[in-house]
Amino acid sequence: MIKRLLLAFPSVLGILVITFVISRVIPADPLKLLVTERGMDQMIASGGSGSYQSILDVTRHKYGLDKPLYEQFILFVWLVLHGDLGTSVLTGRSVTAELLHRFPATVELAIGAMIISLVLGVLVGVVAAVKRNKPIDHVSRAVAMSGASMPVFWLGLLLLYLFYFQWGLFGLGRITEGLTPPTHITGLYVLDSLLTGNTTTLVDSFSHLILPSFTLGFFQMALISRVTRSSLLDVLTQDYVRALRARGLSERVVIYKHALRNSLIPTVTMSGIAFGSILGGAVMTETIFAWPGIGRYATDAMMTLDYQPILGSVILGVLAYLFVNLIVDLIYTVLDPRIRYG
Amino acid sequence: MSKLSRSFEDLRTSLAELKLIYHFYRKSVSAMAGMVVIVALVFVAVLAPWLSPYDPYEIDLSSRLMAPSVQHFFGTDSAGRDIFSRVLFGTRISLEIAIGIVLSGACFGTLFGLASGYVGGRFDLLIMRVTDIFLAFPSFLLAILLAATLGPGMRSLLISVAMPLWPEYARLVRGSTLSEKNKEFIEAAVASGENSVSILFRQILPNIISPLVVKGTIDVGFSILAAAGLSFLGLGIQAPTPEWGAMVSAGRSFITTQIWIAGFPGLAILLATLAFNLAGDGFRDALDPKLRV
Repeated sequence: MIKRLLLAFPSVLGILVITFVISRVIPADPLKLLVTERGMDQMIASGGSGSYQSILDVTRHKYGLDKPLYEQFILFVWLVLHGDLGTSVLTGRSVTAELLHRFPATVELAIGAMIISLVLGVLVGVVAAVKRNKPIDHVSRAVAMSGASMPVFWLGLLLLYLFYFQWGLFGLGRITEGLTPPTHITGLYVLDSLLTGNTTTLVDSFSHLILPSFTLGFFQMALISRVTRSSLLDVLTQDYVRALRARGLSERVVIYKHALRNSLIPTVTMSGIAFGSILGGAVMTETIFAWPGIGRYATDAMMTLDYQPILGSVILGVLAYLFVNLIVDLIYTVLDPRIRYG
Repeated sequence: MSKLSRSFEDLRTSLAELKLIYHFYRKSVSAMAGMVVIVALVFVAVLAPWLSPYDPYEIDLSSRLMAPSVQHFFGTDSAGRDIFSRVLFGTRISLEIAIGIVLSGACFGTLFGLASGYVGGRFDLLIMRVTDIFLAFPSFLLAILLAATLGPGMRSLLISVAMPLWPEYARLVRGSTLSEKNKEFIEAAVASGENSVSILFRQILPNIISPLVVKGTIDVGFSILAAAGLSFLGLGIQAPTPEWGAMVSAGRSFITTQIWIAGFPGLAILLATLAFNLAGDGFRDALDPKLRV
């Protein structure tokens, strides 16, 4: 386990190298990315700074843009490790503070999407494997194929149109406007409502979570159902399964108690990797459903070409991705005792 | 055997092989459906100026936000532009970009993969560590960061989506190169004095092309999605260019009442991506000798 943890360090360093190269080496003038003219006008109007020149000097000094690249890189890593992801030029607020404020919303959405994709994906996969080459298998294949080809943002818009605008179901944002959010414990509204026993916010926040989670989880559900199906079919041909059947165990026990557990290893790997595309999809889903998370924050910054929030969101996203995959690797050891680290 | 007759012989075997692949490919209905849609898309992309009933850029405020009808098959947008014509022209843009992305990603990746697998040693180690780092980066986040850095436009979109792709090709090609390079026909080529470049491109590459074709076809679908996604976020192709993702984005504000503005371009993205996914699956089955029954 310690070995696996140590293995994460080179990845983190590599990620920092890539983000540094993209944000500081590739652009002809990184300073122009960090402070746009519009941003400087804003800063001067709000009375924070005197002139363009003084703002540029301060920024250049803060990120060491007048120093050699290796010193810039050390400074870059130093700032990231100290949780300083810069400030938005348009709002003047700290990117780290904004990200932390929005983090629970995105976590809640990502968990919702993961749960939907895993539960539905495994279910559909098992049914497709058990009813192999029957109509239901073909239907699940068609759903999986269209799921893998579906533009997340378009699916979101269609669901929003049908459920919200046509039938008045579910809602936009995390909670109905005017309703007080549950007492802050974890920041996840559904969980907090449960913990504080607040049924009004529980029902409300849950109904707000369904549509965006489904939108975001649909793509993964499609992939997971295919992986589960082929993996389960593979397991079902193995000798020990034949032995179990020969001993007269019911098909239900054979599949759900023995075969499924062994077939879930590829599914778990898949869901770790899938988390990466959940993060990417979250950017679009949050924008469509007015979900106040990190993705929405990043999109707003993209629209106004505010660079620091975009960079900060991406760095946080990649670190979260590495962390989730670390967890996934540790789950393996539970699922398959043969795998041990170090 | 003279050189000419030998190349004729080569051509005959390649044609026979293609015929065999087609024989297995056409067995799958879904793969054939995918191929038909792809051919239709290419047809539309080439003939867009002649097939479109209207100029995709022409603003006509007197006929704005019109529902689908005989005059405007897919309706009109907020500037009165004909959505059907814009979707047709969008085919051209999306295919151009997606194929450009896959070709550049695959070329770079293949070059590095071939070199890495064939040269081995420290060079191999270096390339593999670099691909490791890239693969640890969720591809859409990498594309967003690149696109935000490089600014909007076609070229920046191409680089942004191709960058996460090349390491995947490098990995794939390296693996196959390693398994090919110790085979006897390579030894024979080395013994007969063929140089390394020629061995890589004339002996190894033709033998590892199948998985590349499969991955390339599926990746065209993936690239259509990713490019449309970036444009939807305002990072790729900008309005008023008739790009599908940008069109869905422009239709967002009208979904309560004019769903067709976002609806039809999105449907085009889904259809095109699906077609390439189905065709890729078909190629996988047709090219794998183990699955040929």
